[in-house]
Amino acid sequence: MKKVKTWEYSPAPESTDHIQLKDKYDLFINGEFVPSSDGKYFDTINPSNEKKIAEVAQAGKADVEKAVASARKAYDKTWSKMPAKERGKYIFRIARLLQERAREFSVIETLDGGKPIRESRDVDVPLAAAHFFYHAGWADKLEYAFPGRTAKPLGVVGQIIPWNFPLLMAAWKLAPALATGNTVVLKPAETTPLTAMKLAEIIQEADLPPGVVNIINGAGETGRHLVNHGDINKIAFTGSTDVGKYIMESVAGSGKKYTLELGGKAANIIFEDAAIDQAVEGIINAIFFNQGHVCCAGSRLYVQEGVAEEVIAKLQKRMDTLIVGDPLDKNTDIGAINSKMQLDKIKEYVKLGKNEGGTLYQTSCSLPKKGYWFAPTIFTDVSQSNRIVQEEIFGPVLAIQTFRTVDEVIAKANNSPYGLSGGVWTDKGSKIYKVSQDIRAGVIWANTFNKFDPASPFGGYKESGVGSEGGIEGLSGYVNLV
Amino acid sequence: MALEIQQYTHLIDQVNAQERVARLFSRSIKKESKMQALHLALSMIDLTTLEGKDSEGKVKQLCYKASHLHDKYPGLPNVAAICVYPNMVPIAKKSLDGTGINVASVATAFPSGMADIKAKLEEVKSVVDAGADEVDMVISRGKFLSGNYGYVSDEISQVKEACGKAHLKVILETGELVTLDNVRLASDIAMEAGADFIKTSTGKISPAATPPVVLTMLEAVRDFQTKTGKKIGMKPAGGIGTAKQAIQYLVMIKETLGSEWLSPDLFRFGASSLANDILMQIMKQTTGQYQSKDYFSID
Repeated sequence: MKKVKTWEYSPAPESTDHIQLKDKYDLFINGEFVPSSDGKYFDTINPSNEKKIAEVAQAGKADVEKAVASARKAYDKTWSKMPAKERGKYIFRIARLLQERAREFSVIETLDGGKPIRESRDVDVPLAAAHFFYHAGWADKLEYAFPGRTAKPLGVVGQIIPWNFPLLMAAWKLAPALATGNTVVLKPAETTPLTAMKLAEIIQEADLPPGVVNIINGAGETGRHLVNHGDINKIAFTGSTDVGKYIMESVAGSGKKYTLELGGKAANIIFEDAAIDQAVEGIINAIFFNQGHVCCAGSRLYVQEGVAEEVIAKLQKRMDTLIVGDPLDKNTDIGAINSKMQLDKIKEYVKLGKNEGGTLYQTSCSLPKKGYWFAPTIFTDVSQSNRIVQEEIFGPVLAIQTFRTVDEVIAKANNSPYGLSGGVWTDKGSKIYKVSQDIRAGVIWANTFNKFDPASPFGGYKESGVGSEGGIEGLSGYVNLV
Repeated sequence: MALEIQQYTHLIDQVNAQERVARLFSRSIKKESKMQALHLALSMIDLTTLEGKDSEGKVKQLCYKASHLHDKYPGLPNVAAICVYPNMVPIAKKSLDGTGINVASVATAFPSGMADIKAKLEEVKSVVDAGADEVDMVISRGKFLSGNYGYVSDEISQVKEACGKAHLKVILETGELVTLDNVRLASDIAMEAGADFIKTSTGKISPAATPPVVLTMLEAVRDFQTKTGKKIGMKPAGGIGTAKQAIQYLVMIKETLGSEWLSPDLFRFGASSLANDILMQIMKQTTGQYQSKDYFSID
């Protein structure tokens, strides 16, 4: 009998010949692409090979002024006066155009951010379109969202989004703001500006009135100008807790509203009566989805002692089957780390974990020479007192502890400055209710992890944020109820 | 020798098992890896005919096909075995002489298993005496569902003993066990009791081999190896008719059990029409064009 000793998957790269990318992207202000006023451009690179993809205009103070002025004008003259049903039509149009060009968007998202094409294709882009569809439907039904009240738009909203889900976060921010009648100045993250610029093209194609959506690029400095601008009615921010705190301080006393989606250090809890093989899969999804660049990642694992040995052994085996490499390959499970800065931070934490006495297990996968890469990593022999258990790493690094009783694990799960998400794995419904009631986190997944839906609100307790996004709760952050 | 087996020692979550399957099946297998997989899958087939209307002539034709899958294209492997009813074992044995292809026979009152243990053991002995290399038995599902796991386990042990040197495949008939928890428990019982292979279905009950069932059984095989060091084989049967499905299952084996199981010694497909679909795909990969079904023999 003929035997094939090892059967390896041949490379299966998604083609890039169908995408349209320009060498240079300007700012999108008042419905047009315009250069930055001081002529400054920065490079955006592909983190999987460090190659430059395009130049992107960097918005200075004058450009922020222009963008806010254009948003204000659009708000006063057009968008706030338009019948809600018409607003909805525009948003539906954006959703449909995004769906039509889904393949192009997923490839660009993967090129610019390093995430595997499987995720950008199956998660980021479809969910982004779903957010536009969902909120388009709300535009003319706000009286049903807030019965007995009238929902008035806030005005001009400044939105600052992170690099981990660039297009999806743009959709999370834009869709509810537009549906409720606000106009927007959006600033994408400086390492991942491209899908937002492609979205600007769609917005232009959808014939949205000029100035309703303005998209400007730049780093922290640009964001500061936006946050501190006097004619902004609200800041919506997703990103680090440090920046979140800065924003809260800056807008204090200004009358600006704010919603903040910040960091997390979610507890993922495996009870001994869980379906173990599926729970192991859940651990993988919780921490290694998007290279662990997920604010709600299940980065603290708690396993009940009776099954700890089995769970950890199975987890290690499963980690060894993860395919790390070319993000464009359709079989890739783990892509590139988003930036050099983030990679350095992850390395720093892993060094710290080792120095603190944690036991490290890393998969033996070979990593590409060029680009930013980090192998899936877990730490055992750690405790609540370890910094790698306390602080958000935002990478493929999991800290594992064991526990004995339900009360103990609830106490430990809550023993964190964060409270964004959590997971519980058990066959017992009563335990699910108990644990999810007692853990102070915005979302608790039961026997699953990292599931998102536009109708479901997402937001955190404590240092994980203020306000929610998604669902009716998310809408309420963009309106004044009178 | 009743085993003390607690019900539901190992729970399976249906929803997540399905999700895992979907993810495994989304692997993109192209070019060289596809060609390798197609050859491998061919070599893992138990070419099967299990019909009341089977005749010696039919079995002879199938046996010839087993070692002459597509003579116009040299270099193809033979299938692993021919799977027939007990009374067809002698003719299959004779027809396959010198080919290296095994003869597998169903036994133990296949497909229902509704006979007493004495009759079952006699049947097993007679097919082994007639030269069967492999015995495909069915478990007593009625006993299993009524919670009489000890009976099921004892029966398998006795059949195993009756098999002598012949390899024993234990058919769980997962379509009648209904839940994945049951599939897992039945797999554990069968392996503990001495199965060399565990097999999903008879092909007579729908659903036959479904992907979550196969995944559950592969995970049981993996855990059994971790616990005992023994390598048990796996055979999904029924409902696997396309090359695409076969490749998807190879992905599932590779990522659940590892490359070691990618061998006819430890994995089989019980199928009747699968071989031709794989052959069509091999010719398509080679020539760049699909050929009509009429170019592939239908024995």
